[in-house]
Amino acid sequence: MTAATADRVVAEARVCVAAVLDPELPMITIEDLGILRDVQVHDGRVQVTITPTYAGCPAMDAIRADIEEAVHRALPDHGVDVLTVLAPAWSTDDLTDAGRTKLAEAGIAPPGVSRLAGAGTSTTSRAAVALELSIRCPQCGSPDTRELSRFGSTACKALWVCRACSEPFDSFKNH
Amino acid sequence: MRSTCEAVATEAEYAVALADDALVASQRLVEWVARAPQIEEDVAIGNIALDLLGQARLLYQYAGSLTDPPRTEDDLAYFRDERAFRNVCLVERENGDFAVTMVRLLVLAAYQRELYDRLARSVDPTLAAIAAKAVKEVAYHRDHARQWVLRLGDGTPESHRRTQTALEAEWPWVSELFDGGWLAPALVERGVAVAPASLEEPVLAFLREVLDEATLAEPDPRPAVTAGREGRHTEALGHLLTELQHLARSHPGASW
Repeated sequence: MTAATADRVVAEARVCVAAVLDPELPMITIEDLGILRDVQVHDGRVQVTITPTYAGCPAMDAIRADIEEAVHRALPDHGVDVLTVLAPAWSTDDLTDAGRTKLAEAGIAPPGVSRLAGAGTSTTSRAAVALELSIRCPQCGSPDTRELSRFGSTACKALWVCRACSEPFDSFKNH
Repeated sequence: MRSTCEAVATEAEYAVALADDALVASQRLVEWVARAPQIEEDVAIGNIALDLLGQARLLYQYAGSLTDPPRTEDDLAYFRDERAFRNVCLVERENGDFAVTMVRLLVLAAYQRELYDRLARSVDPTLAAIAAKAVKEVAYHRDHARQWVLRLGDGTPESHRRTQTALEAEWPWVSELFDGGWLAPALVERGVAVAPASLEEPVLAFLREVLDEATLAEPDPRPAVTAGREGRHTEALGHLLTELQHLARSHPGASW
């Protein structure tokens, strides 16, 4: 294989893997979510490296299967290996701007810039989790919203409600 | 006093002990799903249990990779008997009042928060990576439990009384978290493991701050005699494992 062909295969693999949708947030891709860490091709096998959002994220198996299927379809003569890495840990800062826009368009408030006061700071600090300030309602845009529950339909979301339009909405937790 | 060096935990056993804490706590928490005081709390407890299960899986996978022959996460979770489990007895105790669950979660999450914060600097890169991921999750659990304990402790006379009762019942089981007698000193000296005793001061300082704000009185110290880290458990663990392991043992090799 020439160097140019090898580059083209890597590019094709990258494109098809990056287009895989998150099964629980099907409006964004795994690249938008920031969990796709690397795509390489060695000896006829595509090696894809991903990282979980939360340790217990139940979508990881489905994401692995979707990546394998995408590679089989785009590069049928290549094998595929999906590797999982934990470090560096995923954070909502890894969400791309495109991902944030798509979340907002789908009615999920995207996370702000994380301000985790937890790891490595004062051990008795009360502000051990990220502060959520002025989350805008994705329906009407009002900043007059409140948290209904700190836990939502998936590990990565909390449940909020808008005081202006009374609609409940999912909000991506800062993490 | 240990008679043989086999009696103290290796690195794999250290990871298993931390995983057992998380798995058993997770299993107890999910008993609340569909029975919690509010539907939002069903969701919250389900999410917290899922985080703990995820942490347990990562730790089991790693522990299993260190042994010869290697063992899978399912081998470790489903095919060990009660005496092989190394969790602290605090997490296996039966559910009762909702206040008991929140007091216990507050203690566990406060402990795990300090533990993982330090373990994230372990010289073992896998333990460090798991801890760096877990610390953000347990900080969220701790904050959730803190909000409940404040609301219940500083709530009505009835909620205060029941939360104080829960605290009295759980407090004797707290000190086992800080007992490091089961752990090989070399693991701590090499910077692999965190000395459990080093967590006592910061964890208790946090808990006292919450109890004070919640108008709850810290119980007198009268530690229960416990040896969960050595595999000697209360009656409650066997019943919990029966339910947890039943399906896997009834259908060995099944996958789902």
